[in-house]
Amino acid sequence: MKLKKPLLMICTLALVVMLAACGSKGTEGDSNASGTTTDNKAAELSGSILAVGSTALQPLVEQAAQKFMAESQYSKIQVQVQGGGSGTGLTQVSGGQADIGNSDVFAEEKLKDEAKDLVDHQVAVVAMAAVTNPDVGVDNLTKQQLVDIFTGKVTNWKELGGKDEAIVIVNRPSSSGTRKTFEKYALGTKTEDLKGSIQEDSSGTVKKIISESPGAIGYLALSYLDDKVKAVKYEGVEATVENVTSGKYPVWAYEHMYTKGEPKAHVKAFLDYIASDAVQNGDVVELGYIPVSKMEVKRDADGNISK
Amino acid sequence: MKAIDERPVQAQPAPAKRLKKHHAEDLVGRSYTSICVALLIVIIISIVYFVASKGLATFIRDGVSLGDFLFGTTWDPEGNQGEPVFGVLPFIFGSFATSLLAALIASPLSICASLFMTEIVPGWGKKLLQPVIELLAGIPSVVYGFIGLTVVVPFLRDVFPGQGIGIAAGALVLSVMILPTITSVAVDALSSLPRGLKESSFALGATRWQTISRVILPTVLPSILTGIVLGMARAFGEALAVQMVIGNAPHIPRSLFESASTLTSVITLDMGNTVMGTVHSNALWSMALALMFMTFIFVVIVRLLERRHRI
Amino acid sequence: MKAKLTDKIATFFIVAFALLIVAVLAGLIGFILVRGLNHISWSFLTSAPQTIRAGGGIGPQLFNSLFLLVLTLIITIPLGLGAGIYMAEYAKPGKITGAIRLVVEVLSSFPSIVVGLFGLLLIVNTFGFGFSLFSGALVLTIFNLPLMVRITEQAFRSVPKEQKEAGLALGLSKWKIISSVLFPVALPSIVTGTVLAAGRVFGEAAALLFTAGMSTPRLDFTNWNPLSPTSPINPFRPAETLAVHIWKINSEGIAPDAAQIAAGASAVLVILVLVFNLLARWLGGVLYKAMTASKRMG
Repeated sequence: MKLKKPLLMICTLALVVMLAACGSKGTEGDSNASGTTTDNKAAELSGSILAVGSTALQPLVEQAAQKFMAESQYSKIQVQVQGGGSGTGLTQVSGGQADIGNSDVFAEEKLKDEAKDLVDHQVAVVAMAAVTNPDVGVDNLTKQQLVDIFTGKVTNWKELGGKDEAIVIVNRPSSSGTRKTFEKYALGTKTEDLKGSIQEDSSGTVKKIISESPGAIGYLALSYLDDKVKAVKYEGVEATVENVTSGKYPVWAYEHMYTKGEPKAHVKAFLDYIASDAVQNGDVVELGYIPVSKMEVKRDADGNISK
Repeated sequence: MKAIDERPVQAQPAPAKRLKKHHAEDLVGRSYTSICVALLIVIIISIVYFVASKGLATFIRDGVSLGDFLFGTTWDPEGNQGEPVFGVLPFIFGSFATSLLAALIASPLSICASLFMTEIVPGWGKKLLQPVIELLAGIPSVVYGFIGLTVVVPFLRDVFPGQGIGIAAGALVLSVMILPTITSVAVDALSSLPRGLKESSFALGATRWQTISRVILPTVLPSILTGIVLGMARAFGEALAVQMVIGNAPHIPRSLFESASTLTSVITLDMGNTVMGTVHSNALWSMALALMFMTFIFVVIVRLLERRHRI
Repeated sequence: MKAKLTDKIATFFIVAFALLIVAVLAGLIGFILVRGLNHISWSFLTSAPQTIRAGGGIGPQLFNSLFLLVLTLIITIPLGLGAGIYMAEYAKPGKITGAIRLVVEVLSSFPSIVVGLFGLLLIVNTFGFGFSLFSGALVLTIFNLPLMVRITEQAFRSVPKEQKEAGLALGLSKWKIISSVLFPVALPSIVTGTVLAAGRVFGEAAALLFTAGMSTPRLDFTNWNPLSPTSPINPFRPAETLAVHIWKINSEGIAPDAAQIAAGASAVLVILVLVFNLLARWLGGVLYKAMTASKRMG
């Protein structure tokens, strides 16, 4: 009996390895199958989709994927959504490991030559507001004032008409897409990481720190705003959906879903589903994003705005 | 057992046949265990190879100089102030400062705990503290980080100047995390002491503290140091808990209560946002390589301490 | 007199520090449980998480944590046992054995983030296993293997010499002695060590963020075909474990009750670790009794 135990274990191990081999074969089969279904559209679409990247976009894609898979005509399509950050998303989609790369920034900002192969699908708009701890006593900041704060020229709120309290900057890491957007459209300049400034990558932690630290300032997407933190006006304009869509409030960015080349049929079906009115006016709004279709202004990768 | 029972029923195997069976059995055993060991070696070689191949690319392919990388104090990987600059000295400083400070806080506590368990009240002391130590080891680092952010940071903010975030907060959280490592090594060392050592000291009329401080502690010092180094190694490599409480500013802080960074916190913060193959991403891999290098150094120190202990 | 006084003071401090540690732990556990316990209910433990609505659960995450543990053990135990037995019984003292021991030590102190990145590079991308339970299990194996090796080696070394000699006297082969004489005696401490080491699998998050992924596909708990993508036991699906879920909720959670969910999930995690510790002790004791009893009967 005793001898059999290790043997049993070896067998289990062998089984696992075999399963591994089968499993990887299985997924290959799936993607092949999806390739062939492209020809006859009448047949049900099937296959698996892997969407990787931006954690800011993840909730939307996850929710859309759940609903998408619940639809009877798409029930044979499996959508997997992963976070990992915009960089990971762009890496994986241009490397072919993922079908869709989710990104907060235009691929051109992160990639060089590889960006040409990627097709952009803009699925939502995210607007950001400068937020402060509720006690600082300032409710409007001009562009210049923000620049002064984030470059360290102003270090006390009283210089901006608020309480006598030191300013604590809660920034994002320099690689973050949120920070790039904020610097580009709110500050108009890149900033260095100041001594003593706090950097966190996740909106939840940023919000927690701002709400608890006296004198703190940072920036958050509109979906994270509540009464624990105070959203300040930018040049007198409040960060609201209406002001963003009309072009009055400039601090916003597209959420992108990139595919390498034109998407395959089942991937396209999913992207079309996200772009459909049902999702755009339903889940997109519900999760605090702004539908792309509502935008009265457009923007290209270089930041040029057109009506 | 069954196999043994069956043997007498069969005709007695000829000695030669039996020997053959032995050889076959031993061959199976020897190859099975050797394969397992070989696999261990393959794993470590591939980790070292892959991390090194990525990490060295920063210097070989992207032309960042090793000196600027290790001793530069400016970290501007995205080139916000012009050209990208990769100086990781602030992170190395942060890693060393947090882990050293954590070891400094945890060591006296751990030594006291282990003495309590082995010398003061060996019976119920061990029954009480052993599970405590194991539980502390079992609490996930994510939970430690969260508690750090909700309890330690506000506490430090109220008591000391600054935002509560910084090396002090990181070191406090880490010190609880490495307590179990140091304590369990110290307990092992203390309980393996020969009894005669202690008894002869007592026989000479020494008090318990005299015995502990002059006989026991000097004897087990190398082992305790081993535990401390192992604890530091763990603190050095801990990522998520530290990242949540240290603030992550890429500068050498002016005080313990000012935002700072460690190697691990920067890697977790930036890795997801960078595209693999870019200089920024490679620089993060170089930091992973530096972490790995530090692991080797810690292990070598442990080795040297153990060698001293043996003599 | 002075020596006596010093002795008393020193004893006081040692006891005080020891009790401080107990107090810290009690405070920690208390903090986690007080915040989390009232959020734990049957539906919290079984229902799926919600993105924006309140009332999300941790069912799939709980299952993933346990399943990942099983997968990891299936891979780790045979490998760890083999390598541990080699170190205890076959390895001759010398340079090569020294080198292997060094490898085990280095491997056990690698920062989890480095191993996670390695997993992302090699297992997820190069081998193409993707973000999956299997990738996660392989990475966790890298952490657990050195522990397992050490546990096995120590367990085998602590078996009394006479047992082995008796086996040799009976004319058994070396492997036979290892597998049917030494192994049963070593088993209780191996089991205890393994279960304790396994408890740590629950807490690991840094490495899993990069390998097992941060989301769980829609699971159909009536589908037990391991190759179906919606099956909970398919090892090649992505899986977010409890620890990763806590991390994710704290970082990006926008559900109104995100803080409570994180607190509840933390409490569940700590309770699981607690259960594992108790289980390890109990199992070790039971096995020890069973093994020694069978010896007497034999």
